[in-house]
Amino acid sequence: MTGPLLDFFRAARSAGLRLSPAESIDAVQAAEVIGFADREALRDALGLVLAKTVEEKQVFATCFDLFFAAPAPPAPPPDEAPAAGEGESPLGRMILSGDAAGLAAAAAAAAAEADVTSIAIFTQVNLFTRRILERMGLAALDREIAAAPPVTAQRLREGREGLRETVRDEVQRNLALYAEGRNEEFRRRTLARTRLAAIDRRDHERMRQLVRAMARRLASLYGRKRRRDRRGVLDVRRTLRRNMAWDGVPFLPVWKQEVIARPKLILLCDVSGSVAAMAQFLLLFAYSLREALAGLRAFAFTGTMVEVSDLLEDLPIERAIPAVLDRAGFGSSNYGAALADFEAGFMGLLDHQTTVIILGDGRGNRTDPRSDILARMAERAKQIVWLNPETRTLWGTGDSDMPRYAPHCRIAAHCSTLDGLERIISGLLRDGA
Amino acid sequence: MSPAWHGLLTSIEATDRGLESAGYIASRPIATSLYLAHHLRKPILVEGPAGVGKTELAKAAASWLGLPLIRMQCYEGLDESKALYEWKYGKQLLYTQILKDRLGAVLGEEPGLEAALNRLHGFSDLFFSEHFLEPRPLLRALREPGGAVLLIDEVDKADQEFEAFLLELLSDYQVSIPEIGTVRADVPPLVLLTSNNQRDLGDALKRRCLHLHIGLPDARLEARIIARRVPGIEEGLRRRLVAFVQQLRSLDLKKQPSVSETIDWARVLLLLHVRELDAGLVRETLNVLLKFESDIEAAEPRLAELLTAARPEAVPVRS
Repeated sequence: MTGPLLDFFRAARSAGLRLSPAESIDAVQAAEVIGFADREALRDALGLVLAKTVEEKQVFATCFDLFFAAPAPPAPPPDEAPAAGEGESPLGRMILSGDAAGLAAAAAAAAAEADVTSIAIFTQVNLFTRRILERMGLAALDREIAAAPPVTAQRLREGREGLRETVRDEVQRNLALYAEGRNEEFRRRTLARTRLAAIDRRDHERMRQLVRAMARRLASLYGRKRRRDRRGVLDVRRTLRRNMAWDGVPFLPVWKQEVIARPKLILLCDVSGSVAAMAQFLLLFAYSLREALAGLRAFAFTGTMVEVSDLLEDLPIERAIPAVLDRAGFGSSNYGAALADFEAGFMGLLDHQTTVIILGDGRGNRTDPRSDILARMAERAKQIVWLNPETRTLWGTGDSDMPRYAPHCRIAAHCSTLDGLERIISGLLRDGA
Repeated sequence: MSPAWHGLLTSIEATDRGLESAGYIASRPIATSLYLAHHLRKPILVEGPAGVGKTELAKAAASWLGLPLIRMQCYEGLDESKALYEWKYGKQLLYTQILKDRLGAVLGEEPGLEAALNRLHGFSDLFFSEHFLEPRPLLRALREPGGAVLLIDEVDKADQEFEAFLLELLSDYQVSIPEIGTVRADVPPLVLLTSNNQRDLGDALKRRCLHLHIGLPDARLEARIIARRVPGIEEGLRRRLVAFVQQLRSLDLKKQPSVSETIDWARVLLLLHVRELDAGLVRETLNVLLKFESDIEAAEPRLAELLTAARPEAVPVRS
């Protein structure tokens, strides 16, 4: 009774539902209460137990329909003419007598034997189809066709084609059920480790989902107000207050704590060609994370520094990023000029709670780097974090001004993948930046 | 012996009919969820936009099953002293004052301090007993002798800590009170939690619940709901007004009108003795359906078009 359900759980997991063992047990119980007779009711019931968000409900519905889809009935015998022969092989007999149910059962058994649920990629469809057919006794059928009189042979041949179609559909269905999720999972893991600049445009949507998921995780981890005990340091004021009832005799000592504030972030993103791909994911990351932040302003620059916070707040991200690039322009980067713009216009934003994250390769095309401005910013702000998509060995080569900027940054790190980005941002949030 | 209402939840169809008798038109998943909630002894977490009848479901279930409805509204800062139990401090104080004299009499005969203390220990937990316990909604629901419907409303508004505190209650229908021990429900209550998705609820909570999402209903279901809730309204008008609301939902609105707004609107139309929907009338009563100025502005220029679409068989609406 629970056999098909267990298979279904596997299919549901590969479709992206997260099912805990407890939920599986609930589902089995629910199915026992509801019964298998009424498919609609079973679908409602399993949906209630297994899918816990609206998106999951949709995934669940698709998966359920696919899984419990009745396999297409095999082609009926072409005419009512009396069988032209008895058929020798088991397959031939079933085809000639039009035993659709028998064929379906044999196909299912052969499919289970061939372990069709382990199918991983679409190129295996032919392989599995062939394997299943062989197990059903295709060879014997072929021999029979060769030996049979023409009329019978014709019917057997048609039957064989029908059967092949059916089995193939079945394998396709299994591919959709079991393989898609695994492939998706694999692709996501790979994407998180791929250099952001090298990510293909068609993977951008998937990347955005990934970024949002990461940001959501961090936001729920660090979104709350947190305290950290400073063990062993007595908080005299609060101890006295707490023990007033005992005339200030400190029965209940209170230790000092520090409140870990939510960080205020200012993002400065180089959006010149070399860094633009990376910049869009950083911006997306930061904006998905806003719950965990006390304030967020974003600036973009190539030659001049412009604020882009409004674009990112108002537009959906798919349109916001092109708009940002549009506004900041595709020029060659000039870090000195951009920093000077920032000092002229926005220096007032920096205070002791602000973390400035600068994203850029620090290649100013041999213009004046103006690292003195960065030094002044570092004095005013809590800290400056520089994320550079280039590896450390390249810093200082050619027109790179990184060695001049790096001393003013608390962290100057190489960061070119999503995983790296998450690691750094999560570190900032953990320490209250 | 199981209470009488257990006999009512015999099948999904019976649940469906029962809810209807209490004035709640349920879709299949809703009826299934209530039926399963009873048989699997699991709480239901109901999510969906405002005004689709999440709270109403609990009320209807309570009135159909003849159970008391115990409602707990969640908000930020809700803690166990407001949700579970509280000691009656005033009563405790009063009693100590009254018993002061008696205490002298009781202890007076004891020769020394030690003996008096020992004697006091004999009365040990006098003041932390059931008599001084003020049950709050959760405890009341557990102690209700014949079972109850417990509605934990807008659980997403409460803090995460409170959510964690609910877990014991939701999985075992019991709570631990340090001074007394564990209180277990004789008859597990039917528990419904509602959420407006203000924040994501924890996985632990979701795992313990059946998850029911109530969306905006389709035209047929909505017409049935209106027929049930606003019985005076004539059938032709009912069908048209439902069709109009369905059309309205296809616009890009900040807040889509939900079932409760449709019901309100139907009531308004009934009060105004309306027989026919026309653009002028709809424009005047649009603020019943749409709650944002910007939505009204967005919808107004397209009213005639929407009305025509809502009744393809009719002649074009006069302006």
